[in-house]
Amino acid sequence: MADIKLHGFWYSPFTVKVKLTLELKGIPYENIEEDRLNMSAQVFQYNPVYKRVPVLVHDGKPICESTIIVEYIDQIWPYYPLLPTDSYERALARFWVKYADDMPVPAIGSLAQSSNDEEQEKAIEKIWEHLRVIEDQRFNNNVKKFFGGDTINIVEIAFGPLVRFIKVLEEALEVKVLGDEKFPHLQSWYNNFKDVPVIKENLPDQNKMVAVIKFYREKLLGSS
Amino acid sequence: MVEEAKVLLLGSRFSMFGMRAKIALAEKGIKYEYMEEDLTNKSPLLQEMNPIHKKIPVLIHDGRPICESLIIVEYIDMVWHSNYPLLPSDSYHKAQARFWADFVDQKVYHASKRVWISEGDEQEVAKKDFLQSLKQLEWFLGDKPYFGGDTFGFVDVALIPFYCWFYTYETFGNFKVEEVCPKLISWAKRCMQKESVSETLADGNDVYEAVVDYKKKFISN
Repeated sequence: MADIKLHGFWYSPFTVKVKLTLELKGIPYENIEEDRLNMSAQVFQYNPVYKRVPVLVHDGKPICESTIIVEYIDQIWPYYPLLPTDSYERALARFWVKYADDMPVPAIGSLAQSSNDEEQEKAIEKIWEHLRVIEDQRFNNNVKKFFGGDTINIVEIAFGPLVRFIKVLEEALEVKVLGDEKFPHLQSWYNNFKDVPVIKENLPDQNKMVAVIKFYREKLLGSS
Repeated sequence: MVEEAKVLLLGSRFSMFGMRAKIALAEKGIKYEYMEEDLTNKSPLLQEMNPIHKKIPVLIHDGRPICESLIIVEYIDMVWHSNYPLLPSDSYHKAQARFWADFVDQKVYHASKRVWISEGDEQEVAKKDFLQSLKQLEWFLGDKPYFGGDTFGFVDVALIPFYCWFYTYETFGNFKVEEVCPKLISWAKRCMQKESVSETLADGNDVYEAVVDYKKKFISN
């Protein structure tokens, strides 16, 4: 039986992406919770380039960067495939995964670390810009329930935890980012996503996430 | 057969990202039509095929667009998988290849841009970051002839187009990559012996002239 360890932060959307992938495929693994303020030497050994989590260690071999980990898992454990088999559809799915990684992520990070109203507003506007693209370009004319059709796929895995994180930031910072009227297709897609049983069981608890975000913001900014 | 459908590449002469697609197509021996984009006056076709980013390269295969250079290279590798595979078949090594190709985008590209755009202290930081990123790649290369091992592969395709920009970075930044990363320069020269690379990469002096011109027009005070 393969030895699989996941080093991560339970509240990080990047770690959650990997966890959801492992859970969807029914892959047993050991979860190693890292402390952001005191990461283990193993993380630095396994990921000397970026020194960050998540890191998946499969039979002693480390794989880093959440998107790369997800594709790796998908290739080794084909049960519940996350990538389309058609080359073109696969390229399209990868395009949206990259969009999720490159576009909203920095803005979400800025919001999480924002220290005043001006920074918050700027970050929120940036997030809106990217959500608008997703709402209009990806969901427009798209009547399927999920990106993968009737089942979730790698694009869900890329966006779902991010949307969840935005909702947590909304509560922790008392700001409005998503709204039913602003991004109706995105909202409807997300409601379907979080109701998938494996997702529901494995998305981290909202209240606990709000508490941990508030904790780290206090540490970072010296204020609540 | 889908492979025989028309292939069109939208690119730009000095773009290292466009060069990645060209090299991959050449390695696979794929016939294609090339369209040079004027990035200051983007064609309606580019805007239609890449409405979100309006960037090159865009590969249009049988009328359908594929965007983002590394995604294009993976697509080419999958569709024309029997000719000269670029990605390893082994999952772990494939993940490693993807990691380092992504590293070129995340680290090498951004630092390199800052080298020729910024000045003073900012430029010194950019130089340090750029050379550090090359050293990390050199470490991964080790004693292998190519990043792909014995054969030219995915990471080689991702990185080699930057080689024709080295003269630009070195001139603006006043340094020599070879003094810090001699193995990497040996690797680059080895790659240049491949026709797919030597026919694709722009001339280093031409890149430099174009960048000087660009700075004058769009950046300088």
